[in-house]
Amino acid sequence: MTLRVLVAKVGLDGHDRGVNVIARLLRDAGMEVIYTGLFQSPESVARTAVDEDVDLVGLSILSGAHLTLAPLVVDALRALECHVPVVVGGIIPDGDVDALRRAGIAATFGPGSSVDDIVATFEKLHRAATGDDG
Amino acid sequence: MEQVSSTSERRANVSTSNERSRWREAYATSPAAGSHATTLSGIDLDPVYGPPDAEYPGLFPYTRGIHPAMYRSRLWTMRMFAGFGTAPETNARFREIIAAGGTGISTAYDMPTLLGLDSDDERALGEVGRCGVAIDTLDDVSDLYDGIDLASITTSMTINAPAAAIFAMFVANAEDHGVARAQLGGTLQNDILKEYQAQHEYTFPPRPSLRLVRDTMVFAAREMPRWNPISISGYHIREAGSTAAQELAFTLANGFAYVELALRAGLDIDEVAPRLSFFFNAHIDFFEEIAKYRAARRLYAHWMREVFQARQERSWQLRFHAQTAGVSLTAQQPDNNHARTALEALAAVLGGAQSLHTNSFDEAWTLPSAPAARAALRTQQIIAYETNVTQVADPLGGSWFVEALTDRIADEATQLLEEVRDMGAGSMLEGCLAGIDHGWFEGHIADSAYAHERAVQRGERLIVGVNAFTDDESSPPPPIQTNASGEARQRERLDRVRSERDAAGVARSLAELAAQARDPERNLMPALMDAARARATLGEVTQTLVEVFGRYQAAPR
Repeated sequence: MTLRVLVAKVGLDGHDRGVNVIARLLRDAGMEVIYTGLFQSPESVARTAVDEDVDLVGLSILSGAHLTLAPLVVDALRALECHVPVVVGGIIPDGDVDALRRAGIAATFGPGSSVDDIVATFEKLHRAATGDDG
Repeated sequence: MEQVSSTSERRANVSTSNERSRWREAYATSPAAGSHATTLSGIDLDPVYGPPDAEYPGLFPYTRGIHPAMYRSRLWTMRMFAGFGTAPETNARFREIIAAGGTGISTAYDMPTLLGLDSDDERALGEVGRCGVAIDTLDDVSDLYDGIDLASITTSMTINAPAAAIFAMFVANAEDHGVARAQLGGTLQNDILKEYQAQHEYTFPPRPSLRLVRDTMVFAAREMPRWNPISISGYHIREAGSTAAQELAFTLANGFAYVELALRAGLDIDEVAPRLSFFFNAHIDFFEEIAKYRAARRLYAHWMREVFQARQERSWQLRFHAQTAGVSLTAQQPDNNHARTALEALAAVLGGAQSLHTNSFDEAWTLPSAPAARAALRTQQIIAYETNVTQVADPLGGSWFVEALTDRIADEATQLLEEVRDMGAGSMLEGCLAGIDHGWFEGHIADSAYAHERAVQRGERLIVGVNAFTDDESSPPPPIQTNASGEARQRERLDRVRSERDAAGVARSLAELAAQARDPERNLMPALMDAARARATLGEVTQTLVEVFGRYQAAPR
């Protein structure tokens, strides 16, 4: 099946090189990718995820505000009864990974991540979330 | 050696008007005249090498550098960029940099400040003081430069959308501390065009933003002889993923757009041009970067003389700051970043930079720690004082490879420049605006970024520690702890300023600002300075202008 993925920028961080590149590489890998554009609020990301009926939400955060913003997106999604996996890509120090996991982030990807690994992780998370063992 | 120079002497005698003899005259009046240099082993070094008919530094079109003897006359400014947390914290870092021998300071602002938001704005949550220093009012600016002699050191401010308001706070603060505006030396980045193209920290739509740029340019031209009101920045274009030629072309296009803007405002080309400075990336492809800087000077000189009809030599000379490439640094095996930064800095120096920031090795994952920032400055000092590369101007000039690469990058950039001009039906300013409207710049940059990343993913381009030689499992140390209470303390400070200021005076100054903003002929700098002195916040000033100018919304693509 074809995964539908929402990639999103939240907060004030205008760095979009990574999100643009990853969107294209995920499309190359056969996924349907929707990009929110810059400067979204957690609520608008959640609303788009529901409206677009996506299978997974990927946040790109390079400003260092991931501990503040990523949990807000998870909360906003859950408030809309949307339980798709949420992942974060960006500059995530090792020490922050556990806190993000506890806040409901399913996976994190740092600089230099391989697209093959990202694709495999997305598929695994989707299978786990839908109870589909593939 | 002897042979070569005596051959040149003979040729010089045949034709006294050749380039080498013209260089000799320029050199004789330069600060380096009569200087003497040798290699480590004692071999005498000329200030420059080349046959009589070659291009020479200090002479049009300045491919080989803007000064006849380059760094023998004057070293580049070692300008280190810093900013985090609150103004007092950044002030302490500035003092460390100056104490360590840094010769200029450069301020990094946090995201809310870059977007003209106050620290207590709900959109600023989690971002206050994180990527730079938080500035809300004139009092923060006063803390930021406390104890630093603004009349002697030059300051640089990396701010764009709210540049005019921050500049007004800076000038007002300096005057309040007894330094006249005419004494202030430094640079405001103030390059809003590249924000729409690459960096995306914009607030107002392009045309009103350009009106603010115009106001700062006119103000500086009239009142601040030591101030560069704009630093046209390719750095962010390159970091966003462009090629070297795109970086050069888009930056020059933006520069020419600002020249047109200033001419429309009634300034003379020779009044404007000497105050323009550029800011380029120093990336990891060593020779390509050197060729890029050489091509930049050559193209700029021709355009300024032939297209814009500048008459003074200084107007033809492209001066630039360089910063090593943040994107080239890796979080994997972080110690390797020292080598990357050193090589990139060397390219900037061999390419003739006027000032340089070297990234700290830890910037791939955090704000630089003080020891890392010091090591980065030391990297510049090693290049300046140990390697001897400063003794001979444009040492790679005449290399068949570097000359061919210089020509090639100049050609590619020229084609792109002509495309921009065509989009604007002959106007570079209109061409840049049209290119922004159509996503032309962003499309080019995104295509290049994608091609690069695909090559990395396929292993066609190797990055040590990332997709090659990954055996070493060293991982980065934990990030610098920006004081967790910084955001709260900054908000408290802002609350205090709000409660202590004269509210009626603030309201009056903002009403006056709004009234003047509605009249496109008015220069807003005096009203912005009045608002700053009344302790209007950056967010209030920005919101006042948003109500007149509107807010930019990028078109969905």
